Amino acid sequence: MTEVVAPTVEAPAAALESRFPGAVTPDARAGYSGYVVAADQLIEVATALRDEMGYDYLSSVTGVDYIADGKLEAVYHACKTTGGPALVLKVQAPREAPVVPSLVNVYPGADFQEREAYDMYGIRFAGHPNLKRILMWEGFAGYPLRKDWKEAYYEGETKPFESRWPGGDFVRAEEKNIFSHNVAYPAGFTPDDWVPESEVSQYPVFDPSTQGEGHGLKTDKLVVNIGPQHPSTHGVFRMLVTLDGETIVNLQPVMGYLHRNHEKIGERNTFLHNMPFTDRLDYISSMSNNLGYALAVEKLMKVKVPERAEYIRVLMVELTRICNHLWAVGFLLNDLGAFFTPALYAIRERELILDFFEATAGSRMMCNYMRFGGVARDLPERIRDDNTLDFLNDMVFNRLPRAIDDLETYLTDNEIIRSRCIGVGVLPPQQAVAFSAAGPLLRASGVAYDLRRADPYSIYDRFDFKVCTRPNGDIYDRYLIRMDEMRESAKICQQVLRDMPTGGDILAGKPAYNVRVPAGESYGRVEGPKGELGFYIVSTGKTNPYRYHVRAPSFINITLLGELCKGHKVADVVAILGSIDIVLGETDR
Amino acid sequence: MYGLGIVKGLWVTVQHFVDTYTDDIRWLSKRYIDPDKLSYRQSSKGKGLFTVQYPEEKLEVPERFRYLPFLLYEEKPDGTKEDRCTSCGICAKVCPPQCIWIERTEDPVTKRPVPAPKAFFIDTDICMNCGYCAEYCPFDAIKMDHDYEIASYDRTGAHVYDKEKLSKPVSYYAGIRPTDYAAEEQARAEAEAKKAARKAR
Ligand code: SF4
Ligand code: SF4
Repeated sequence: MTEVVAPTVEAPAAALESRFPGAVTPDARAGYSGYVVAADQLIEVATALRDEMGYDYLSSVTGVDYIADGKLEAVYHACKTTGGPALVLKVQAPREAPVVPSLVNVYPGADFQEREAYDMYGIRFAGHPNLKRILMWEGFAGYPLRKDWKEAYYEGETKPFESRWPGGDFVRAEEKNIFSHNVAYPAGFTPDDWVPESEVSQYPVFDPSTQGEGHGLKTDKLVVNIGPQHPSTHGVFRMLVTLDGETIVNLQPVMGYLHRNHEKIGERNTFLHNMPFTDRLDYISSMSNNLGYALAVEKLMKVKVPERAEYIRVLMVELTRICNHLWAVGFLLNDLGAFFTPALYAIRERELILDFFEATAGSRMMCNYMRFGGVARDLPERIRDDNTLDFLNDMVFNRLPRAIDDLETYLTDNEIIRSRCIGVGVLPPQQAVAFSAAGPLLRASGVAYDLRRADPYSIYDRFDFKVCTRPNGDIYDRYLIRMDEMRESAKICQQVLRDMPTGGDILAGKPAYNVRVPAGESYGRVEGPKGELGFYIVSTGKTNPYRYHVRAPSFINITLLGELCKGHKVADVVAILGSIDIVLGETDR
Repeated sequence: MYGLGIVKGLWVTVQHFVDTYTDDIRWLSKRYIDPDKLSYRQSSKGKGLFTVQYPEEKLEVPERFRYLPFLLYEEKPDGTKEDRCTSCGICAKVCPPQCIWIERTEDPVTKRPVPAPKAFFIDTDICMNCGYCAEYCPFDAIKMDHDYEIASYDRTGAHVYDKEKLSKPVSYYAGIRPTDYAAEEQARAEAEAKKAARKAR
């Protein structure tokens, strides 16, 4: 276990203030924290933070539209990989000409996130090497997360909508969708005359000017399009791969096919409405998503979660982690060409865990189980023919450890797996931190950064578990680390079952459907199975969040894909992608 | 020795393979007929084949399973039905995708609202089966169903459930969710007893 001394945010930040007088001022708005930084000093401040104060990890970048003040704000959360809470920096820019310097050169992990903020808010990150839309398509008009942008099926600023009750004049949603009357074109645009921009100009990989090596022959480089409909991409995800022979020269991910503007929906929703929507982010691990969101809102509401609920929560998210890793390992094997036998062996135990979720929360995958201040329901008496506790004890003490052993015997020494995985897609630790990689991807590169220890939440400080790391950072280590983490999760579950109080509340206060959340901002983050899952929330004291942002590990981890694949063979792309473990529901949001 | 890892792995496969057949031989043809066997095989005691041959075999869903809401009505001794819903509108407000539409009844003379829904629609295409409506309805008038086989040939009209299609008797609810039903009835009885005691005093 790595000992983490909890450092305070205040000390380095105070140093920042004196170091950059006038350029760094504390954020004085009620309920806000962190610092407002002058745009022209941002790069210097960030560099000082990184090099002198140990804030080496840029966790999240996003924007907020303060339309009443005529300002767009870029919000940064920087952390130390040695642990501690995040430091929040903000840069404000006028809405008409929002320009903020890009931090890609200081923190390369800002790359995709800045593109997203540009895509959604139109904030221009000066100096970004490829500032293009990322989730919306090129040619899309407007910036959808701005407060004055209205979706095609727009009905009202916030839910609940007036028309539902007591009038109840039913209209099918389809009548209002984008092919119907609710659509507006930008001025001067006629759909009939529109010619889509060619792909070649959009994506630099298509630049055919360079020629291949060709070993004495004159050869061309070749662009191969993988996806968006391809079984190996785990969803609708596309990669443009430039090949020299079989070797990858360049790889560019293209995403957004599953984009539904989760965040805009989230800002129309009430706080409670958002809970089931978080299930649909990383739909393999809905319990973790629920927890992250609940934590963010609870921080603002300042509620204390009852003991029993805390234990149930930990049990749920650790079982979710096991489900996720079983799935990730199984599908990695699929990607390596061992078609479905390993995957099905792996997810067999997952079935039992899902049975447990279903019996408790009512659904196998879309659990919608956590509430602000607790959980929705207590554990059931029975699961099928078994007493729940017997079932759980048998599962976490016997079945899961046995299944993990079984899987290890089955796969770990397999020579084909070893030769395909060892030394492929190597991610050095410095690069992993610089690119804001999170979760197993980061820890397989030897960086012991796990939020359960680094910035403990819930009741993780009570459990004995190891933050696993592996030294090599290749696909094989990313496989092994998942096996290690499953064992640790099983260990945590065992401790939960041992210590969980038998009775007591599972929810603080009475169930309330229209919670008003005190004004302010909060960033709730959990160590999800795929990495740091963060929810940045701004409340204005109403029943709807003013800003709702998801720091999606699947999305940010993909920033590295191109780097990891360079120099490898085209067949390795699929395995490298599989070893990162993404879910498109979360990547595209 | 090179290849030993593969052999070890294959051994695991062989074990799984054998388990599958011993399991099949053990149950023989009963597998498809006897629901208890299916339930056993799916439980943590089961070994071997774990798959369910849907639709020949169907797993029983747990009591809390939620799939589309329905409205409850009491069956009166004289054969009439009485909706539990008072059209208070809470479910319509708490529904995340806003797929519940309720028209409140008005008294024809006074134009005052009457606590009964005139019309009630749920667009099941939009419903995300979150269960909030059932969770927050103060009158236990809307509950989540267990019936998941709802495919239809008509994409447009058939997926919008009106009050008639949504309504099911309380006895049906008591059948699919006996524990919840018992707990609610008990809570109601207690509340009523308290009220009566307060009146008597
Ligand atoms: S179903 Fe329940 S919550 Fe919905 S309107 Fe009727 S009484 Fe109110
Ligand atoms: S289950 Fe959820 S989505 Fe469906 S009608 Fe009820 S509240 Fe709405």
